Amino acid sequence: MKKCRQCANQATLHITEVLEGHATEVHLCEKCARDYLDDSESSDTDSVAADLAAKLEELQSATDEDLDNVRCSGCGISLSEFREVGRLGCPCCYDDFREELKPLLENIHEELFHTGKRPARMLESHDDQSRVLQLRNEQREAIRQEDYEMAAVLRDQIAKIESILHGGDVSVTETEDKHDPPSVF
Amino acid sequence: MSTEEDQVVEFLDGLARSSGAWLSGDGPDADIVVSSRIRLARNIAGFPFISRADDDVRLRLVETLRTAVTSAAPERNLQFVNVAMLEEIDSQLLMERQLISRELADTDGPRGVLIGPGEHVSVMINEEDHLRIQVLQSGFALQECWEIADALDTGIEASATYAFDEELGYLTACPTNVGTGIRVSVMVHLPGLRMTREIQKVNQAAQKINLAVRGLYGEGSQALGDFFQISNQMTLGCSEQELIENMTEVIPQIIGYERRVRELLVRENRQSLDDKIARARAILTGARSISSDETMHLLSNLRMGINLGIVDDISIGDVNALFVHTQPSHLQRLHGGPLKTAERNAARASYLRSCLGSV
Repeated sequence: MKKCRQCANQATLHITEVLEGHATEVHLCEKCARDYLDDSESSDTDSVAADLAAKLEELQSATDEDLDNVRCSGCGISLSEFREVGRLGCPCCYDDFREELKPLLENIHEELFHTGKRPARMLESHDDQSRVLQLRNEQREAIRQEDYEMAAVLRDQIAKIESILHGGDVSVTETEDKHDPPSVF
Repeated sequence: MSTEEDQVVEFLDGLARSSGAWLSGDGPDADIVVSSRIRLARNIAGFPFISRADDDVRLRLVETLRTAVTSAAPERNLQFVNVAMLEEIDSQLLMERQLISRELADTDGPRGVLIGPGEHVSVMINEEDHLRIQVLQSGFALQECWEIADALDTGIEASATYAFDEELGYLTACPTNVGTGIRVSVMVHLPGLRMTREIQKVNQAAQKINLAVRGLYGEGSQALGDFFQISNQMTLGCSEQELIENMTEVIPQIIGYERRVRELLVRENRQSLDDKIARARAILTGARSISSDETMHLLSNLRMGINLGIVDDISIGDVNALFVHTQPSHLQRLHGGPLKTAERNAARASYLRSCLGSV
């Protein structure tokens, strides 16, 4: 991992400055990056630098503790874990972290509303999707506690919702039947 | 060995002996646009994303999705390959063919890929997302890619509900893919612009409309073989058609730059050009040992020579195939076993001599 150019910390920001076709790379930690961007002289990059500096301010003001307290109800991932790996844990994360994700999405994408293709089978299933994820979590916990009766009850509940979600399609429920008892999956 | 394992072995042998049809060099503008690619990322509702899915869930996803994809398009004759059971050399082979990503090869747990004849269609299961649908076509043919991917996607959805949000679109493990979940890319060959050091023009034209330019076959800023992949970075807020149109507008510009530069080289630097191409051919047909890097560089010059009509006894399809078949896993599979670097370099030279006519 690269070290910050100004201090001895790990560099987490890698800035490429292009001047007259010549590119230089600068590696900095969050704090030094803010100073660097504040000092940036070129008038063209002022607004970009100001934006970046502001975003860094935002990130730093949310402490790790705050981020740890917010967890997804579907998979249990915390915001700080997400920040570390860059990937979300389940579809529910987009619901539970909707507000926190918006600034990040704004950085990457044009608009925050989907205008493309939509699946044929939709939204009545939205709550069901979250419910199934929660039930799976509970089932995993029940198995861990060796409460197989509870796990079996949850398995049936999951199967019921799945048959709604997947339009009662046999191909999904068939794989369950293939498992030998005691099946709690 | 079970019949399915036999099938896969046969399938991989077949791959090593042939070339993806998308490398044929037949499509529109195929002298400069090698191939077009559309990829769709999808996840199934009610399941965690792959990084939070344990092996039981992953196995379940493989079984369910294998059935869903196969039944969505039975006429496509998709071959299922259990990537978790592959030898490293074989997963490298699939990577060299652009049929799976490094991530799918290197990750753990149940995972697989479904590949269609001609390698136009490749559907990865349990990579970063539950499903990654990829369609490849020769030349500049994005609309065709989209029609195939779209139809397959709609078919799969008939038996599996996708994770989708009213506001944010198709939900993906990484927020950079949310919305359409689409990656629209073209692979272009730009030896002229590289020779005249004008590749910057391409970067500038692309960046203006939010497209990324990446060198293929090389790390970082290197672009071995002068191949570049141009793709969209944004997936939310634009429709799939708009993203395809963006690409469709800028690619002709880039084709134009490259063609103009090549014409210039032919008019004003003919001798130097002829020399480069002749040397490339001479080394490729005469060397007894040759590295992958050198091969890429020389094949690139040879390919340009073919495009310009300076070399007229080798086809584009054949030279396209050589880029793939001279890669490490292809050579080793042909040989029937692993080869150390020095042995590979010798095998590569031998293979080139046999294909191009030895000196």
